[in-house]
Amino acid sequence: MVETALTDLWYGFGVALEPQNIMWCFVGVLVGNMVGVLPGMGPLATISILLPLTFGIKPVGAILMLSGVFYGAQYGGAICSILLNLPCHPPHAVTCLDGFPLTKRGRGGAALGITVISSFVGASWGITEMIFLAPILVVVALKFGPAEICSLMLLGLLAGSTLARGSPLKGVAMTVCGLLIGIIGSDIETGTPRFTFGIPNLYDGVEIVALALGLFGIAEFMKSVNQLSEVDTKYTHIKIKDLRPTREEFRRAVPAMFRGTLVGSLCALIPGTGPTIASFIAYATEKKISKTPEKFGTGMIEGVASPEASTHSSVQGDFIPTMSLGIPGDAVMALILGALMIQGIVPGPQLISEHPDIFWGLIASFWIGNIILVVLNVPMIGLWVKLLTIPYKYLYPSALFFVCIGVYSTNNDMFQVGETILIGLIGYLLLLLDFHPAPILLGFVLGPRFEENFRRAMLISRGDSLVFIDIKNHPISTFFIALCVLLIVVQIYVRLRKPKALAEELKMNADPNAVAPVEP
Amino acid sequence: MGRAKALGGTLLFESLVRKRDFYAGGLMTLLGAAVTLDSMSYEVGTMTHMGPGMFPLMLGVVLTFIGILIFGTALVTPLDPDESILPKQKEWRGWSCIIAGPILFIIAGEFFGMAPAIFACVFVSALGDRTATMKGSLILAAAVTFFGVLLFSYVLHLPFPIFRWGHH
Repeated sequence: MVETALTDLWYGFGVALEPQNIMWCFVGVLVGNMVGVLPGMGPLATISILLPLTFGIKPVGAILMLSGVFYGAQYGGAICSILLNLPCHPPHAVTCLDGFPLTKRGRGGAALGITVISSFVGASWGITEMIFLAPILVVVALKFGPAEICSLMLLGLLAGSTLARGSPLKGVAMTVCGLLIGIIGSDIETGTPRFTFGIPNLYDGVEIVALALGLFGIAEFMKSVNQLSEVDTKYTHIKIKDLRPTREEFRRAVPAMFRGTLVGSLCALIPGTGPTIASFIAYATEKKISKTPEKFGTGMIEGVASPEASTHSSVQGDFIPTMSLGIPGDAVMALILGALMIQGIVPGPQLISEHPDIFWGLIASFWIGNIILVVLNVPMIGLWVKLLTIPYKYLYPSALFFVCIGVYSTNNDMFQVGETILIGLIGYLLLLLDFHPAPILLGFVLGPRFEENFRRAMLISRGDSLVFIDIKNHPISTFFIALCVLLIVVQIYVRLRKPKALAEELKMNADPNAVAPVEP
Repeated sequence: MGRAKALGGTLLFESLVRKRDFYAGGLMTLLGAAVTLDSMSYEVGTMTHMGPGMFPLMLGVVLTFIGILIFGTALVTPLDPDESILPKQKEWRGWSCIIAGPILFIIAGEFFGMAPAIFACVFVSALGDRTATMKGSLILAAAVTFFGVLLFSYVLHLPFPIFRWGHH
């Protein structure tokens, strides 16, 4: 097992080190790092903008680049949190708590240095986990019939919508809306146009680029316009030599790093708990086991190292269910899966054997990308810090142009641009009503496959809807359904039991700005 | 007694119409009901041989149910005095500029070509920022147009003429 994995990984390095692939990987992590630093831009919007530009690239290059944006943005996001106290990227919100006090004490450089090391440690573990775990998952998943696939998707959707941000009930509502948007277009089996309102442009369905850019582009810009204050650059003069932590700081950070990595890799295994939740749990754990919990929030290096390692290990681990089962855990993964589908690749357990170049090339590119990121972040720290000062008023109009032309270029059709505007307006309305639109994308991407497998399962079972909980013939499906029920019961129990503590935690999750009070 | 009860009723109603969940639940219930009704117009089929209407019908019912549940949470949770569906600062200028930008992109793109479309989109949306000036927005729009045309026309060869006249 270990031996085959290593041979495959060797093959992957061969793919990832091809000149054009290494170039796409470099472009991806560079763009990712850049948008990570920029306040007000996130990996979701960036990946959606870049998605139409990848249509002309070969699938391997496209996936390497888009994934690079995602993990590259995590490196950049930490800079924003530590130096500016701006939690613009949810996974790094918790890093503000101890990162910014360190900056005020003049140890911001050291905090960044520790962040780079923790990130690399966390990411390395996440990648290793993927190398060994994904093939095992695939062996199990290849035995799945339509009923098992259906139950697994249900579990994925439920976890993705209830464990993420905000109220679980609203998350489920958003997932159902996503499934409904996925229905728009011609029915796969009969060709009947459904929910097309008689508009021929909708017969092929809603374009994923239009949906993503409406929800994470236009709606986000409407939310952020005039809301981001001018950044305070008082503490942002960092040079390379400042990055070196003292021996004492290093000694304290290393065990925290490993604890964070462990938390992150465990979180990655539960679908729906992405890097944001992983970083919160890591911080809480660190505080709990510390001998001086009262000192947290005043600049404890452990409070930076652990959540950062956890975020990165979880970010890499997020790719495991996406690439091996075809079940995305969050909206970013749904987009990456969408990119695969646009390239004509069917996601699922057969991906590794049918397209080993994509799977192993991607894993190898993670190593390469992370090394590039460490190299980029250390000597170029001065440049990244400069990027922090680009005001939002120049950013969003330029981004809006990329949104328009990106959507237009998918089909050379202005109709799609109109579609995006409408989706953006609806998305903003949903944001105002406290809905988080990310699960829409999950439902949208999984919807068609979910319906297809559901229909097939019902056909095989001759219309017996109890097939999913038939413990004798479908024990795996029953197990997934049991997990779904458990998930719902736990949610209800927690909510009835501790409404107050939970409300506070949710507030922190829902509104990253609430975590770090802006101090002069 | 009756009056007090009626007063309580109006108070409940008044606090209800200020709650986000009231609208959120209502919206989802309506959407779910509409989907349920509309999916009946397609062939529903049987459980064994599902027609195109079956899956949307199920989703519609689920969404209606969830909508009612969200509506229910609006009834039981206490009212936050600051609660309102519109954010504290109403950015009508920002919102309309962000929407107007892409609309102008469509119009200018259809009739005049790529460069005017980019310019109009960036210029108008830039005006949405409260500190934006005419001059600053013009410079930004010109710069983005220059690099945009360079990237999309000369590097990526997008089939979108830089200038054109009239609808095609």
